[in-house]
Order: sequence, then structure tokens, then C-alpha cells
Amino acid sequence: MSDIGFVRTEMLPEQAPPASEVGIIGWMRHNLFDGWFNSALTLLSVYFVYKVLAALVPWILSPTWDAGSLAECREILAGLGREGHYAGACWGVINERWIQLIFGFYPAELYWRPIAAFILLGVALAPVLFSDKVPAKLLVFSALYPFIFPWLLWGGTIWGPISALLGFVIGWLVYSAVDKAMSNLVGIIAGTLAAVIWWLVLSGYFVGAMDTIAAIGIEPVESRKFGGFMLSITIGVVAIACSLPLGIVLALGRQSDLMIVKYLCVGFIEFIRGVPLITLLFVASTLLNIFLPPGTDFDIILRVLIMVTLFASAYMAEVIRGGLAALPRGQYEGADSLGLNYWQSQRLIIMPQALKISIPGIVSTFIGVFKDTTLVSIIGLLDPLGLSNAIRADANWNGIVWELYGFIALLFFAFCFGMSRYSMYLERKLHTGHR
Amino acid sequence: MTTLTDPPKEQFRLSMLLYDTRYRSATIQVIALIGFMLLAAWIISNTMQNLAALGKPVEFGFFAEPASYDINQRLIDYTSRDTHLRAAFVGLLNTLVVAVLGCVTATILGVVIGVARLSHNWIVARIMTVYVEMFRNVPVLLWIVFIMAILIETLPAPRAFRGENPEASMMLGDTVAITNRGVYIPEPLFSNTLGDIHLFGDSSLRFNVSLDLMAILVVLGIGIWVSRWIKRRADRIQEQTGDRPVTWWQRTAVIVVPMAILLYLLGFHLGYPELKGFNFKGGTHLRNSLIALWLALSLYTAAFIAEIVRAGILAIPKGQTEAAAALGLRPRRIMRLVILPQALRVIIPPLISNYLNLTKNSSLAIAVGYMDITGTLGGITMNQTGRELECVLLLMLVYLSISLLISAIMNWYNESVKLKER
Repeated sequence: MSDIGFVRTEMLPEQAPPASEVGIIGWMRHNLFDGWFNSALTLLSVYFVYKVLAALVPWILSPTWDAGSLAECREILAGLGREGHYAGACWGVINERWIQLIFGFYPAELYWRPIAAFILLGVALAPVLFSDKVPAKLLVFSALYPFIFPWLLWGGTIWGPISALLGFVIGWLVYSAVDKAMSNLVGIIAGTLAAVIWWLVLSGYFVGAMDTIAAIGIEPVESRKFGGFMLSITIGVVAIACSLPLGIVLALGRQSDLMIVKYLCVGFIEFIRGVPLITLLFVASTLLNIFLPPGTDFDIILRVLIMVTLFASAYMAEVIRGGLAALPRGQYEGADSLGLNYWQSQRLIIMPQALKISIPGIVSTFIGVFKDTTLVSIIGLLDPLGLSNAIRADANWNGIVWELYGFIALLFFAFCFGMSRYSMYLERKLHTGHR
Repeated sequence: MTTLTDPPKEQFRLSMLLYDTRYRSATIQVIALIGFMLLAAWIISNTMQNLAALGKPVEFGFFAEPASYDINQRLIDYTSRDTHLRAAFVGLLNTLVVAVLGCVTATILGVVIGVARLSHNWIVARIMTVYVEMFRNVPVLLWIVFIMAILIETLPAPRAFRGENPEASMMLGDTVAITNRGVYIPEPLFSNTLGDIHLFGDSSLRFNVSLDLMAILVVLGIGIWVSRWIKRRADRIQEQTGDRPVTWWQRTAVIVVPMAILLYLLGFHLGYPELKGFNFKGGTHLRNSLIALWLALSLYTAAFIAEIVRAGILAIPKGQTEAAAALGLRPRRIMRLVILPQALRVIIPPLISNYLNLTKNSSLAIAVGYMDITGTLGGITMNQTGRELECVLLLMLVYLSISLLISAIMNWYNESVKLKER
């Protein structure tokens, strides 16, 4: 029997992994230099990034913030020994005009009104967007906000928005009374008719009468003074807010079993989605007044708002239809088996869930519409892009290109990127439990 | 327990229209239809009154009048003496050109960027993320005017090419000139040309079809067909014997050799752009407006397509990659043979809507002065004739038809690549 020479009695200590596999070197080996192809790509990318930064950073870092004209900018740069066309940016134009790029020609002493309107917009949206952190009672404010918003921006008598609100109240009262007395369908028709009659016929007298009794109001601001980002945000917000109810109606119509209603909705949605927004803006600028009774003439921003709302509602309808289709069939059947009628089941069971699923889609529709508001510059409204042309027409700033476009692009980027991150966060939050 | 009884014979009462579900849906539809027709009638009667007051009855006679404006970038012959209809036709072709060019480049770029965004290479993936976010979150109109500004401001003027020591020089062996007035590329010319077929005589829709191009297409088509036949034959032999004959040179030859012979017979040569006087002459001139629009639309849409491609690839379960790797395929072949064909089914439907968006966004050409259908029919023609109603409605109709056509074609393609399931 042979002797066993050696038996180890304790474990060897763990060895550290080789230096090439851990730490920064290991990470680089795995993520940057893994094979010749990736190494070449990495080197190329580094070179590319270096080139871009080397061109952009010195241009951006140019001490021209206080310059009053392009010539002055050039002098400052020449004083630093930086010659040539792309020696540095001329930030003086942004310093002088950034307020204009944001507010357009809105009277300076009234800037608090759009600011307040947009802060209140945040308050009104909070219970919808962050439903888990904000008390639901704020929803009452959200419901009132659509009437506060135009009043703050356009000003004028307070009785206008109150009368618009009264229209909804009257419609609702008529609906509930008729609904009890006769049927749901008659109730809806009677309610809508009552509201429309109020808005078209009676509200004018009401506003006039109340104005003579108690003239409460703020200074009115004409539409043509709107401009810059304020205009873009106004168009985007109004279009999305108004298109939401329209979109819901269209989506329900498209899903419904009623053939004529369905085809009317499909026709409208596909027509709007098939034509570019610019043609609808042409309609707003040239045709809308022709379609309305002779003598009607309301201002271009309102017409643009109407057309952009119609445009957004078709896209909104498709988003909501997606939400409706994503609901399991059992939810519809469950609602039916409880004996709820169509509107009850929509209101209590289907819509709360479908809308929740579609919030990310609604946010991306909003991003799309917000970006598309730049198109109004083509029909002559002074959105940021339109203003940039106006600024360039100024003799002081003739020849400025990149600074203005860069500033506008940056603001759009900040808005849209922020919203898309929010929508991704929502998607993650809503995704739990679906898989 | 089932008891079937005949429903009691009821007398039809008027109230059943409201309370009986059998009739109520009909009531709602009739009300909706009446409402719609009332609305339409109201709008039409308003329009008629307004137009009568303006003294502009609806008629399309203005299409036959001379347009008297110039279109600088065009595919077919056009002079300012031609009719408005001809101008609209030129514009329509311009729209289609930029849409097709844009869709092709956007797809190529988008697929490359989408795949690169998933790369293990950290820095490449980051650069692509920055690209996608940068382009997606800034309006396309801003990109169009921005790229137009880059082209005009940073490229050399034609006079920079003059003199003994020019500041700028032509590229690719003096064949391509990139100037701030556009890009001049060589144009294909034929010395023994077969001539053109003139379609539609002298009317506004006249259209010349080049027989040279037709001949080239026919020869190319036959070449590809023969090449595919060789491939099928090779497949058959491989199935029977297990050996695959080497066919790449045959397959290349059947396409290249007849094409070379045909081009030689037609006397094919390139017409190069040359600097004459203050500008370049000869060659094909791609104007800045076309290039800016094309680039901006492609880059913008590519960002969206990249996201679609990425989502499509991520939608394929990891098991597919692992199974393919277990079969011994290399990563690039896994992507080409296993992942992409499956991802394509997820990718195509949203891709269609992006093509539609690109086509619709091409209407922004008006911002840089590219004369597409919006620039001609909805722009100068509308402003010159004052026929807003006819022009805008016709413009919408054209875009609607293009949209429907694209979605029909792409849906047909989608059907053909869809997973055939029972």
C-alpha cells in the first residue's frame, strides 16, 4: 500500500481575476475592444466625437453674450484673435431676443398671465399625470382649468368663460332631467341641443347683460400678439385638450356596431390621417371662413386651433382605439353581465382602464402635435421659427443663423425629451402586472 | 331547462324606436346620418353663398391657363408657358421623387442605426442613442431649414472652383461638384440612343419614356431571372447530391455581361459637370432645396425607424439567439438568418406608417422652395389664380391617394411576409 504523499488540508485562497478582466481595463476589453471590428469602430467613433466637439465647443464658448449686433460680435471675436466666419457664436442675439422668442409680441407688462396659465396647467395636469401622489380632489380644478386658460391668455371679460362653462352645466341638467323622464338617448340629444342653443344664441345676451351689471375682466390681448413658444405651447395644449373628448367619441364610433356611425368615423379619421397637416393649415388660412356663414370672420389663431384640433383628434382616436383593443374581452362582457348599459359600462369600466393604457400614446401624440406647431410659420404665424426670420430681418442681426436655430432646437428638445422620458416612465409603471 | 316560446306578437309602437334595442340602433344611425347631412349641406350652402359673393364659382378651367412661373428642379420638360395642370404634374413627380429617395435612405440608415444601438460596443451604442434622441425631439421643419442653412452657408460657391489655385475642388476625380447652389453629378448619356416614346401627345400630361432606360431594365430583369434560375438549380443539385456547385461567377456573369454589351451598344458615357462662366454646366444638377429636404426627411425618419427596428429585434426571445448560437452560427449570420426575418414581422406595420409620415412631411418642401405638389398646386398656382377651394381640395385628394396607395402596397407586402399560421 503506497503512501499518499500529500493531502491539502485547507483551501487555497481565492486568486484575484487577471487584471485584463476586471476594472476599467476589463470593461474596455469587453465593451470597446472586443475583436478587430469593434476596435476599429471604437477608434473611429472616438475620432468622430473628438472632431465634432473640437468644432463645436470653441464655437459655443464665445464671450459675446453682451454684444448688441452681429458686427459687435465680430469685433469682440477679432479682439480675441479669432478670425473667420465660424470663429464663434454670437450669443448677443439670444440675450436680446430670448424673451421675444418665448412670448412673441405679448405685452411685456402682462407676461405674468401666460406664466400663471402654464404654472396652473401643471397644477391641473398633476392629478392626471401623477395620480398616485396628488390628491384626486384636485381633479375639480382640472375640470375648471380649460375655462381659466383661455381667459388668462386672451383676457377680456370673465363672463365669457363662465358662460361657456354654463353651457356645459345647462347641457348636463337637461340631460339628467330628460334621462329620468324619458330615455337616455333622448337625454343625450336634448342635452347637446340645449348646450348648443345656449352657446350660439343665448350666451351672447348673457355675457352682454352680465357685463353691464358687473364688468369684471382683465385687459384683452389680441391674437396677433401671440408668438414664440407661448404660441406653440398654446396650440399644442388646446389641441390636445380639445381633441381628447373628440378622439374618445371617434374611437367609440369606430368600434361601434352601428354601421353608418362607424363609417362616418372611419372616413373622418382616415381622411385626416391621409393628408399632411400643412394642407389643413391651408384650409385654416384660406377656406375655413368660406365654409362658415357669410360675414363670419374670426382670427387666424382660432382657425388654426380648430384645424389642429381636428388633426390631433384623428390621431387621438387611433391611440384610444388601441387602448380599447388592448382591454381583455372579459371586461366588456363583465360590464354587460352586470346589466350596465352602454354609457354606464363605458364610463365605469371601459374608459378608466382604456384611457390609463393609452396615456403613453396620448403623450407621444402631444409631442408630435407640439413639434408640428412649427408648421404654422408657413402660413405666417410667428411661432419660434417664424420669429427667427423676423429677427434676421433686423439690420443688427442680419446673417445670424446657427444661434437662433440652435436655441429653438434646444428648447424643443428639452420639452419633447422631458415628455418622452415621462411617457417611458409611465409605460414601465403601467407595464407591471400585464406580463 | 330550455323553454322556447314564441315572443308575443307586439304591435309596433313609436316609442319602441327609443326603448327597444332592436330599433334603437337604427334610430341612432338615422339621427347620425341626418346630422351629418345637415352639417354637410350647411357647409356647402355657406360655401356657395360665399363664393357667389366673391364672384368665384367652382370650376377647374384655370388648369388649362398658362402657369407663367418657373420650376427649376424637375424630371420632365416644363416651361413657364405650360399650363397649371402641367405644373401640378411636375410638382407631383417631384413629391414622389423626394418621397421615394427619402424612404430608401431612411430605411437603410434606420436599420443600421437601430442595429448599432444594440451593439455591445458602448461608445457606438451611445452615439446612436444621442442621434435618435436628437432627431426625434426636434421638429422636422427645423431640421429642414437647418440643413438648408448648412448647405447654403458652409459649402463653397461655384466661383471658389475657379482660377489657378481654387479654394475648392471637385470630388471623385473631378466628377462631382458640391457647391452652395447644389450638387452636380455626372449624368448618363447614350450616343446611339434608341429615342423616346412620347405619351399623351401634346397635352399637359405628356410624358417621355426613354427606350434606353426600358432596354436596360428589361436586360437587368432577364439577368436577375436567369441568376435566380441558376440558384434554384444549385439548390436542387445540393438537395440531391449534397454538393453545392460553385455558381457565384455564373450568377454575376449573367447579369453583368449582357448589361455591359447593351451599354456598349448604346454608346453609354457620362456627361460630367464643368465650370463655365459663373456656374457649372452639364451633369445632373440636384438643387439645395431637394438635397436639404431629402437629407432632413431621411435623417429625421431614420431616427424613428431605428427605434422600430430596435424594438422589433428586442421583441425576439433571447432563446432564438441562443439556439442559433448553439447551432454554431456566427453573430452576424444569427442576425441575418434568424433574428431579422422574425423581427421583420414586428417591424413592417409601424414602418408603413413612417413611410406615410415621410411622404406627408415632404409637403414641408414649401419651406425651402422645393417645388413639390404643395409648392406648385398649393403654392404659386393657388396664389396666382385665387382658386383656394379647388386647389386645396385637389391637393388633399392627391395626398390622400398617395397615402392610400402606399398603405395598400405595403399592406400587400406585409401579407406576403407574414407568418403563415393556421
